[in-house]
Amino acid sequence: MSALYDVANLSVDLALPRGLLGMLLPGPKPKLNLLKGISLTLNRGETFGLVGESGSGKTTLARAMLGLLPTSEGLMAFEGEPLTGPRGFIPLRRKVAMMFQDATASLSPRMTVGALLAEPFHIHRQPLPDPDAMAVALLARVGLPAAIARRFPHELSGGQARRVGVARALALNPALVIADEPTAGLDVSVQGEVLNLMTALKADLGLSLMIITHNLAMVRHVSDRIAILYLGRLMETGPTRAVFARPAHPYTQSLIASEPQPDPRKRRADLAIHGEIPSVLNRPTGCAFHSRCPRAVALCRQTTPELRELGQGRAAACHFADLI
Amino acid sequence: MTNAVPLLTVEDLSITYASDAGPVQALRAAHLTALAGEVIGIVGESGCGKSTLASALINLLAGNARVTSGAVRLRGQDILTLPEDQKRAIRGRHIAMVFQDPMTAFNPVLPLGAQLIDYQHHLPHTRTEKRARARAMLARVGIPDPELVLNRFIHELSGGMRQRAAIAAALLMTPDVLVADEPTTALDVTMEAQIIHLLRALRADHQGTILIVTHHLGVVGELCDRVYVMYAGQVVEEATVDDLYHAPRHPYTRALIDCDPAHLETHTPVLPTIPGHLPDLTAPPPGCSFADRCTIATARCRAVAPPWVRLSDTQAALCHEVTP
Repeated sequence: MSALYDVANLSVDLALPRGLLGMLLPGPKPKLNLLKGISLTLNRGETFGLVGESGSGKTTLARAMLGLLPTSEGLMAFEGEPLTGPRGFIPLRRKVAMMFQDATASLSPRMTVGALLAEPFHIHRQPLPDPDAMAVALLARVGLPAAIARRFPHELSGGQARRVGVARALALNPALVIADEPTAGLDVSVQGEVLNLMTALKADLGLSLMIITHNLAMVRHVSDRIAILYLGRLMETGPTRAVFARPAHPYTQSLIASEPQPDPRKRRADLAIHGEIPSVLNRPTGCAFHSRCPRAVALCRQTTPELRELGQGRAAACHFADLI
Repeated sequence: MTNAVPLLTVEDLSITYASDAGPVQALRAAHLTALAGEVIGIVGESGCGKSTLASALINLLAGNARVTSGAVRLRGQDILTLPEDQKRAIRGRHIAMVFQDPMTAFNPVLPLGAQLIDYQHHLPHTRTEKRARARAMLARVGIPDPELVLNRFIHELSGGMRQRAAIAAALLMTPDVLVADEPTTALDVTMEAQIIHLLRALRADHQGTILIVTHHLGVVGELCDRVYVMYAGQVVEEATVDDLYHAPRHPYTRALIDCDPAHLETHTPVLPTIPGHLPDLTAPPPGCSFADRCTIATARCRAVAPPWVRLSDTQAALCHEVTP
């Protein structure tokens, strides 16, 4: 498989307001580090899962990959072409489409579904000879009847809104679709329908998919490779099956063990992970996960572990990754 | 089941909502029985009537709702027919609810402490005593620094802490029945595990019944003793949590469990779904509501309403095709 999107050593910082005292005192501008040292590769034709708790930086990474956020360090390249400057990302956004988190809220309430499906063509100044026919064709592709084109977003069910989101993402024949929490808030049977649709379209249209989620049960079935983020750091990456079979990072282990089990015979008496994800304002020293890690030792509090290759396409950022 | 007097029973409860298309039959002859000390799950997908049932339990039905038959009995007394002032006396004190979204369950412009004091308006204590009770309850649900949190506003708390605060608010009056509507939907998997853990710990010192309304089978598997499965406004199966997962009898229950990605042991790129849609509840079908989506439905299922078949002391299903 060849690389479609390369991210190397990406960092994103948020400038903080300085305040009066900050303006008077010398020193560097205050900033909040959101992502640091993220390197990953999306291959052509694969489904990549990006997993982590709220506040781990999943959405920030997706936004940075679309050029919607300024980055402070790192290189990004799409189909081998480096992406630089805010203007460099404009042609990219024709080939990389985003499905935003809240499907209903991401559709403008004052536009019909037909108008929403035509919008990407106008924004990217693409020819659109017959908007109605295009809308019907796109709706058919995601399994919705043509009559939906005349509806407004509030008239759609959750599953329908999600399908319209898929149709909109497909409008300009992208090479990559980034889906942010595509199944949040959907019933299990509808969740399966939306994911099966995305998997089928991926095969039919030769798409690549990046699925951002905290739903482990889902991502384990639909993704080929996954990356696990924690507090803006990459904790582990590798082929999905291998990672679930034998997670190398204690954080990955805790996440998998935290999943509620529908089988009452598999209830666990203890908690796999205590405490909450710390604030980025108050980032732990050393390894970002040490404050909740069951295996943390003094070394973890002092030294930040690098992401190390473990072979077979796997890597983990833990001092003890090969011992586990 | 033993012959202990049930704490809460719902008998033959039917509720309709007025709509432009005619009355929507949201609940059709729903029934359940809960003994003191039990944790009961009410499971189903969107539109199955589980939230209507929860609203009826706490006597907070929407203005366009009408109870067309049945009763909700707390210790044998029908609470739906009481005068409004007596309903108020029961609500919060004897039956309390943890709402789905803790952010909107609290007033955003009042500090948490003031609201937790107001929740105790039934009690004769002084404000200082009520504040101390609130502080103790926050500590009980695992909130660090409860004194500080009393002065905070709800938006200043993290998602997990908000849900803990909402549970504390509901438990302040030591209610007989605690209804938790999707208590973990808004949370990450790690926070979800912690709330499940908390609810399990609380049941040890809570004498009453806990009813968990959810579409998440994982939450049911981890928490509940017995489960009622709902579909299209009806209770379609009643079982212990172990039977529900290991020996489900109603075809809908089986389909629901099969759809859950957490249930699939092997890697499956195509997820199972339940084809078809919920029936139109303004004109429910004469036969079984699930017949159109059921794999074993016969002509009789489409024509004749299914019987409630008792399969064992603890299991029963609303289906023509099950036999004891």
